[in-house]
Amino acid sequence: MKKIIISLLLIIFATLPSFAQEAPEMADVMRSNGKIYVVVAVLGIVLAGVLFYLISLDSKISKLEKEIK
Amino acid sequence: MFKLTWWKYLTIVLLFYTLIAGFLVEVPRLDIVNESIRNLYFHVPMWFGMILILLVSMIFSIRYLRTQNEIYDIYSVEAANIGIVFGILGLITGMVWAQFTWGTFWHGDPKQNASAIALLIYLAYSVLRSSLEDEQQRAKISAVYNIFAFATLIPLLFILPRLTASMHPGNGGNPGFNSYDLDSRMRMIFYPAVIAWTLLGWWIVTLRVRFAKIRNQVRMKQYATHSE
Repeated sequence: MKKIIISLLLIIFATLPSFAQEAPEMADVMRSNGKIYVVVAVLGIVLAGVLFYLISLDSKISKLEKEIK
Repeated sequence: MFKLTWWKYLTIVLLFYTLIAGFLVEVPRLDIVNESIRNLYFHVPMWFGMILILLVSMIFSIRYLRTQNEIYDIYSVEAANIGIVFGILGLITGMVWAQFTWGTFWHGDPKQNASAIALLIYLAYSVLRSSLEDEQQRAKISAVYNIFAFATLIPLLFILPRLTASMHPGNGGNPGFNSYDLDSRMRMIFYPAVIAWTLLGWWIVTLRVRFAKIRNQVRMKQYATHSE
């Protein structure tokens, strides 16, 4: 009986350090429940808006170039 | 329907790729930086873009000095302007990143200080240009200044920070991007990100150059009608 308890305690103490060593914290929860996609979507809209503005500027300048020639 | 040149479509595709893959693809799990490692796709390309665009600006300065063609001066100054914008964005994004990984906005890191000095040198370029009235004189002097400014940029960003202890990866006795850039997944996003942001900068440069050309043509026409 004593031997069993000692060996059990040994196993517990031997495995404890592996619980203490946690992996670096990452935003897994946010990704797993899908919320990170919300951020990507919002930034995607912003980027699309800015690029649309840039393209319209490009077309306006192209028109001016044609006009002036 | 208005059509864009092929590389502008490439810019748009690569920018969206950077955004989506940059947020969603797995990254190495490291202490301290944690998820902020993703800044590699947004902060670092600002500097790479700045250097590439400033290099182009310097090349146009040399071409101006060789040919005295006014259009090269316009290219040179507009590229330098976008380079400065990228540099300022790189500095601000770096400060935010530093706050949450190094503890302070301004860490006094050699690379941080050197990039601030480099930016001041380029801001002086703008001041120099605006202080000269004569167009040819302005173009010539600023072209020469621009070449020297680029020549000081290289030791400031790539040599001096490596000679001392710097927190930036690849500096102060740890050459190369080491731990995180060795990760091939990050390279697959980082290099396209550099191309994407640089092309976006170049797109804006070409727009501003075309605008300047139109402005000059209009002014010449006005001048011609006034002198008649």
